[in-house]
Amino acid sequence: MDIKSMKNYLYWLYCQFELITCSYLMEPWEKLLFYTFNITMLVMLLYTAYIFVPVHVSMAFQFFLHLFGNQHENTVSVVK
Amino acid sequence: RQNILSPHGCKFLEAPHNRVTNSTKQDKNGISNGTLYKKTFIEHFEQAPMYVAVLTFLGFGVGTVFGYLRDFMRAWGLEKRNVATEREQQKDFVPLYQDFENFYTRNLYMRIRDNWNRPICSVPGPQFDLMERVTDDYNWTFRFTGRTIKNVINMGSYNYLGFAETDVNALKTVTIELQKYGTGICSTRQEMGTLDKHIELEKLVANFLGVEDAMVFGMGFATNSMNIPALVGKGCLILSDELNHTSLVLGARLSGATIRIFKHNNMQSLEKLLRDAIIYGQPRSRRAWRKIIILVEGIYSMEGSIVRLPEIVSLKKKYKAYLYLDEAHSIGAVGATGRGVVEYFGMSPDDVDVLMGTFTKSFGAAGGYIAGRKDLVDFLRTHSHSAVYATSMCPPVAEQIIRAMKCLMGLDGTTQGLQRVRQLGKNTRYFRRRLHEMGFIIYGNDDSPVVPLLLYMPGKIGAFARRMLEKNIGVVVVGFPATPITESRARFCVSAAHTREMLNTVLNALDELGDFLQLKYSRYSKSSHPELYEETRLELED
Repeated sequence: MDIKSMKNYLYWLYCQFELITCSYLMEPWEKLLFYTFNITMLVMLLYTAYIFVPVHVSMAFQFFLHLFGNQHENTVSVVK
Repeated sequence: RQNILSPHGCKFLEAPHNRVTNSTKQDKNGISNGTLYKKTFIEHFEQAPMYVAVLTFLGFGVGTVFGYLRDFMRAWGLEKRNVATEREQQKDFVPLYQDFENFYTRNLYMRIRDNWNRPICSVPGPQFDLMERVTDDYNWTFRFTGRTIKNVINMGSYNYLGFAETDVNALKTVTIELQKYGTGICSTRQEMGTLDKHIELEKLVANFLGVEDAMVFGMGFATNSMNIPALVGKGCLILSDELNHTSLVLGARLSGATIRIFKHNNMQSLEKLLRDAIIYGQPRSRRAWRKIIILVEGIYSMEGSIVRLPEIVSLKKKYKAYLYLDEAHSIGAVGATGRGVVEYFGMSPDDVDVLMGTFTKSFGAAGGYIAGRKDLVDFLRTHSHSAVYATSMCPPVAEQIIRAMKCLMGLDGTTQGLQRVRQLGKNTRYFRRRLHEMGFIIYGNDDSPVVPLLLYMPGKIGAFARRMLEKNIGVVVVGFPATPITESRARFCVSAAHTREMLNTVLNALDELGDFLQLKYSRYSKSSHPELYEETRLELED
């Protein structure tokens, strides 16, 4: 019965979201508008994170490596 | 020249049994002088965690955005207009419907309007019947289905002693008087409207309260708003509590006196105002004030707090001011024999200059009274607007008050009155203790039968009231403008007529609903077995 309790828990979370953001009080078309806006913003946020976060993380990683004394591969090959 | 530090004022030592159990009480209501109180005075005004405030503002923000959207759609004709709008010919005039309260009413109140103005169709006893109503267009119009919802537990009526009853034996004298006098008076007190019933009732009220004389009026609100202008006028100073009822505010404004407001139940604020009034006098002429009157209530119905009467009386005696005490919710409901806050604190009624109260709450009738010294009441008989222009109380209602008061005083030969007062005290303490243990934030004094339970978020107001009705419990929820905008609450009124089973039903429903709606914000919930652990003591003297 894990699925059932999981579903109940998710429904309860959805109810909390509705109560906190006052969408419990909205008429159906307002709810549609509100959720469309929210889901669009969320999807855009996730997409931006998917595109930019790996690039930024690897740049930060290289910066910290450089800071702690490790030579970069390119400089070694130029000397050679 | 007065002394800056009086012997009273610098005593901040609290007796060990008068422990403050909640640290935020001092921030809100100032420090109390514990040595003036004969029993412990514990009040709770806990603040919710920060995330609750943030989420409340978020909810209001979303509501406001959608409010603007709907207003825009209504203005441009995309949606049918159900609200009041200006006429076409007056479009260029100063707009009538743009201020915040109208915005709030149109866009937020309308969405949850079905929780208020619910018509009931039985006596508002511990249980009542509701007419079922549904709405087809999101609360703009209602229609009745014709069915009634039976035996809904009543947690909203001010029926503190349970005198709102239809028992034939109890109402015997009322029916006799109804058949003898009819219902209408058709006159004012000063013309031909003073009946022997009024004289009997006034003597009884004076006897009950332990004062010289009393006068009764037909309407409780009008008692305040029509009598304060008779007592004070221009050149007088009114010091009124922040959270006073509208009737007191209206009476104060109508009188034309200068009004200054002190923080709720905060004696330091009141003392500062009194000192400034005496030192500086009237604003431009610097003359002494003709009268300084302090307006307070016995129990504040939105907060559930009890006035700090001993301290106010000592301040009033020191600075020679007058005290007007509005005991609308406290007469009959607190005190060992139901005689109000004066008895609750063990003080004498001679300390209070004007004792005012209403019969609507604890006596199951309608009307109000003003009691005090004989010369005060004689003055009001001639000079009050209510005596000159308002119809007097109708005889069956007066008889209901007489029988309720006789029952309370024990003059009908039974101990029923005292039993009711004791039952109310027991119910109040039980209800509050259980709610504290469950973890809700409850405001107010431990002995007040008015119990506000904080909801905070606007979405939860509607959800709470509707779900409680589904469980067959009727509650009153309050939001802006009766309360500050972020502190919406559900207000329970405990009654002596509630049995332990009814209270347990309500408490179980609240427990369930509290878990579902996440209303248990309290960080100080006490365990149900306090003797198993030692509480920390705040000892201020070694």
